[in-house]
Amino acid sequence: MASIAPRRRTGASRERTSTHEGFLAHRDFRWLKISAALAVLLIALYIWVPLPAGHFGSSWLGYTLGTIGALLILWLTMLGVRKRAITPGRWSLKAWTSAHVYLGMLLIVVGTLHSGFAFGWNVHTLAWALMMLVIVSGMFGIWVYASLPRALSENRYDAEGAITEKQMVEAIRSLDRQIHDAAQPLDAESAALVNRSLEEDPFAGTFWNRLTGRYPRDATRTAAAELRQRRAFLPRRADDPLDKVDALLTRKEAMLSRMRRHLKLKTWLQAWLHVHVPVTFALIAALSAHVVAVFFYW
Amino acid sequence: MSELYKVAIVGSGPAGMSAASRAAQLGLDHVLLEKTDHLSDTIFKYQKGKHVMATPSQLILRSDQEFDAGKREDILERWNARTAALGVNVKYNAEVKAIRGTGPAIEGSIQKIVTRARDGSTTTTEVQRHAPPYAIELANGETIMAETVVLAIGTQGNPNLMRCPGADLPHVTYQLDDPTAILDEHIVVVGTGDAGIENARGLAEDPAQGNVVTILNRSPKSANVRESFATAKEPNAKALAEDDAAGKLTIRYETETKAIEPGWITLNTRDGEERIRCDRVIARIGSAPPRGFVEACGIEFASNDRLAFPTLSPQFESSAPGIFVIGALAGYPLIKHCMNQGYDVVEFIAGNTALKPADEPLLEAKFASLPGSRSVNDWLEFLRERVSILEGMTTLQLREFMLDSDARFYPSGATVFEKNDPGSSLFAIADGSVHVRLDPNDASKVVPIPQGSIFGEVGLISGRRRGATIVAAQDCICVEISRNAALKLQSQVPSARRAIERISIERQLLQMFGSGLTSGDVVEVVETAKILSVRAGDAIIREGDDDKDIYVIRVGSMIVEKEVGGKPVFLSYLPAGSYVGEMALIDGGQRTATVRAAIKSEVIRVDGEAFGRVLAAKPALLERARKDMEVRRRTNAFVESKKDSFSGIVDLYSEQAKFLVSQGLGEATDVLLIDERLCVGCDNCEKACADSHDGLSRLDREAGKSFAHLHVPTSCRHCEHPHCMADCPPNAIQRGPDGEVRINDTCIGCGNCQRNCPYGVIRMDKVPPKKPSLLSWLFFGKGPGPGEPPARWSKKNTHYTGDPAVDEALDRKKAIKCDMCAGIEGGPSCVRACPTGAAIRVSPDEFLTVARLENEGA
Ligand SMILES: Cc1cc2nc3c(=O)[nH]c(=O)nc-3n(C[C@H](O)[C@H](O)[C@H](O)COP(=O)(O)OP(=O)(O)OC[C@H]3O[C@@H](n4cnc5c(N)ncnc54)[C@H](O)[C@@H]3O)c2cc1C
Ligand code: HEM
Ligand code: SF4
Ligand code: SF4
Ligand code: SF4
Repeated sequence: MASIAPRRRTGASRERTSTHEGFLAHRDFRWLKISAALAVLLIALYIWVPLPAGHFGSSWLGYTLGTIGALLILWLTMLGVRKRAITPGRWSLKAWTSAHVYLGMLLIVVGTLHSGFAFGWNVHTLAWALMMLVIVSGMFGIWVYASLPRALSENRYDAEGAITEKQMVEAIRSLDRQIHDAAQPLDAESAALVNRSLEEDPFAGTFWNRLTGRYPRDATRTAAAELRQRRAFLPRRADDPLDKVDALLTRKEAMLSRMRRHLKLKTWLQAWLHVHVPVTFALIAALSAHVVAVFFYW
Repeated sequence: MSELYKVAIVGSGPAGMSAASRAAQLGLDHVLLEKTDHLSDTIFKYQKGKHVMATPSQLILRSDQEFDAGKREDILERWNARTAALGVNVKYNAEVKAIRGTGPAIEGSIQKIVTRARDGSTTTTEVQRHAPPYAIELANGETIMAETVVLAIGTQGNPNLMRCPGADLPHVTYQLDDPTAILDEHIVVVGTGDAGIENARGLAEDPAQGNVVTILNRSPKSANVRESFATAKEPNAKALAEDDAAGKLTIRYETETKAIEPGWITLNTRDGEERIRCDRVIARIGSAPPRGFVEACGIEFASNDRLAFPTLSPQFESSAPGIFVIGALAGYPLIKHCMNQGYDVVEFIAGNTALKPADEPLLEAKFASLPGSRSVNDWLEFLRERVSILEGMTTLQLREFMLDSDARFYPSGATVFEKNDPGSSLFAIADGSVHVRLDPNDASKVVPIPQGSIFGEVGLISGRRRGATIVAAQDCICVEISRNAALKLQSQVPSARRAIERISIERQLLQMFGSGLTSGDVVEVVETAKILSVRAGDAIIREGDDDKDIYVIRVGSMIVEKEVGGKPVFLSYLPAGSYVGEMALIDGGQRTATVRAAIKSEVIRVDGEAFGRVLAAKPALLERARKDMEVRRRTNAFVESKKDSFSGIVDLYSEQAKFLVSQGLGEATDVLLIDERLCVGCDNCEKACADSHDGLSRLDREAGKSFAHLHVPTSCRHCEHPHCMADCPPNAIQRGPDGEVRINDTCIGCGNCQRNCPYGVIRMDKVPPKKPSLLSWLFFGKGPGPGEPPARWSKKNTHYTGDPAVDEALDRKKAIKCDMCAGIEGGPSCVRACPTGAAIRVSPDEFLTVARLENEGA
């Protein structure tokens, strides 16, 4: 009986890259080039191919553009599935995103030409408008993706290294505990003020607060300010517990504002998707209505 | 000195307890001595509720005590009950301090003990062995007499002692049983590991106790507690810093003790000496391995290596006649092995010499597939006779060695391994011979390796991929020696270490300089070559020096840097297997750059003149060396020329390279790097990892350090010589087929790997229940969605069955880490799932190149 050492290597292949090439520049702007070439070609066809008069959409070129556009929209929507279905295989989400962005922008050409510039107050123009809204929101997304990551990273760093979102929350909790202990000797009124800061949920705040990073009725800031005011009227003494509480509140404020900056950046990085995705579904609905309308009532 | 026991057993862990139980069952006159006030301290100290595993599962248990996988509490309870029922004579709080023979001096039996001081100097003391009976001295001054001694004290060791003047005063203590019992004292805790922190916090917890607690930390203060308390768990360190901030206790940074006197302690601080009040010192400064104590008993160790174990006979008898060593101290770190040995050793002492060891069936299985039916003992003898590196081993060592190795038969023409396969095992040829293929396309260009010799040593030593394909030249039997077994072998058998070193130097030189060279050509070079170990950051070659030696990197890696415009500029990265220093030899002149170790490394220093003679005799070799040199020159010139025009970029590139090396790139084979200019923080990488690995993410994107936009997240580096493998009792961490370092199902959850990994990438966790499919989430919102499910969801959806065996498995925490997505088509999920291209996985030799100056250096 012979036994052979178990076969080495699992046989799974792997794409190796050794540099960071972003999704916009993916493969030397391959999808930008393809989309640009297609856009030029389609515009040329639209201008020079002789077509019978009447509705452009129902000409052969119109049908072709319409079919391409509809399929493209469905394919673009599939990015949401690709992003989450972590199946084996040699796909890369970066390549998908790259193609998504450039082919998505090509849709401006495809969709608009398909319309033959016949706009009106109808379901057809609604579909076009929704499509444009998705595309514009996508373009806005590109802008935030390109400009905010550095700020996000910088906000997490200081002289002592990085701190994660979880650590920010922990730091605030830890300060809260210290404030709680330090506030024990305070009189009832001051303690109540401090308590308001302690009861504040660092994640509280409306979507608007997050987006702007402004929290006008922040309990910590109010507490710190009012305590300072109250102290101005009290006799000064060494070892005043208020001093300690004040110092801790100041530290908490700094950490809170760091975390809020973090949340603000993250919100901007994600908020546009809350337009991009729901409008995509509205677009698909309008698109279906448009197709049905065309085939049954035209 | 009253009674003379037949056998005294020291240590009541699984090994000692099982031995004492056997002795009780056989009616031998015995005593079991235990340092603490309970049985089996190591297991007693496991965390509450820990699931204890009974590996290896094929091994049958032979003991008067029961043991099966289960909860720590249940196991201890059963052991306690059984020990009482058997009437084992246990003596608690009996710490053994010394064991000495009281019979006549044994002629010629002298043991030399070498101790190494901090400054590297050594002193040798000689111990004359005396025959039994043995006098066993306890810490409380009592002496116990016994004919034979079974030493089963495990490897925990004793606490390190304070050394400053006054350290022997009675108020200097090393443990704290009940912090609430101490009132109104000034207490100084020395050491900021977990134990010290827990003690200090316990003493200060309740202000009503009135204690004034100070804890001394040698490190400087930093807002990052991981830096100022490197040896403690992060939550502990944080809690301590909080207590300090709240004024409950005082942390003194950069402080050490200078002297202790009753009521006071003098401290050395950064600002000079300071004397403060102190009624009690609690020192928690780690523990020393028990080797010193064991050696003082007259027990010899196989070598001076840190990994070495005592030299034992097949019946576990040490070099001191009548003292037997078993359990973890004998090199068997699993509970089942320990218990079996306890049984066997007492049977032997009672006169049963025919007993076969319990691991016999395991070994039988190892040899079952080989041609020719021999008994296990015959096979072991066969290997020892025929394989030169196994010659110096005792039968016991050989048995243990074979448990971690495999014997295989290869028919003529079969491939043993292929070039570029990952693999860190060593092969030894017991029968037949093999061929090394020099040319992948030409099967006739081969170098033979004869019976008795070894191959595969490059993978073992450098941790890199196989350098050549090996094919069986005729039917042969080889032993594949796992990395762990090979490391143990080298520390146990010094002659084996030397043999492996010599062969590896010769082969490495031949392989590196390629065709045309034979071992005859390099005799002089090999003879004069020396292996040096280099600490991280130390230089082997200094710019401007005049020496001419050549260095071959055997283990670790180096970086090459050069002063340009007053600043060191990073030129290149040299992985294990490359050589440096040829320029000065070939072209003469001074060294043109400095070469330093990126991590702790080993190099072979080859005498420049001897090598010069080889070059002179072999023009083809000189030609090749010149070509390599030209490539290096061009790189250097390129970097230097850039430095003039783009000084800022080159500085950044240099500093970034240094940062990456400090983050472990120097020993990595595959590491995740995120470009923070591209990362949008979507955490899709983490979600993808969780979704392709049992629902648990093996990377923490936000954690980890960054420098100039490059972020090294907390994720496994797949080190060349993984630290995590070091003390894994079931040997569950292995290098997998795709080069990944992976943890297999035999993990017992002890957490050693987590503590040993310097990059903190291993987590201990239980597998969450399965989630509903992606589609049912997308359409019906079922389940928690992509990524690691929140703990609350997992808890709610874990369905316990009521059957303890199944339920315990559901709660079992195991070590979890990145497996490089080995075996998944397409490769790392984290990389594939990143929408922006921010996440890539690279090896350092791919990434640390000058190409980066253009791609990333900004
Ligand atoms: C966290 C953790 C988890 C583990 N999990 C598992 C697992 O699930 N399964 C498994 O098989 N293995 C596991 N192991 C390994 C296993 O616990 C040890 O290998 C085993 O306990 C060794 O047994 P031993 O009898 O040799 O020594 P120990 O169990 O270490 O016992 C030594 C005893 O000797 C006493 N002693 C020491 N010095 C003296 C002295 N001078 N005088 C008197 N008494 C002394 C000690 O107090 C102690 O009670 C784990 C280890 C750790 C650290
Ligand atoms: C009609 C055209 C488009 C449709 C239907 C569409 C649809 C979608 C969908 C469904 C997603 C998945 C979101 C998620 O699941 O997280 C997505 C993501 C995205 N889209 Fe579009 N999109 C369109 C056009 C565009 C355009 C023109 C751009 C850019 C110029 C763009 C940029 C993006 C980006 C950057 C993402 C995010 C990728 C990620 O972070 O995973 N999209 N789009
Ligand atoms: S777990 Fe840690 S020590 Fe082990 S290979 Fe990974 S990074 Fe290296
Ligand atoms: S390589 Fe695979 S296992 Fe490792 S972190 Fe990435 S996804 Fe997880
Ligand atoms: S998937 Fe890419 S962009 Fe998203 S968090 Fe991970 S590294 Fe950053």
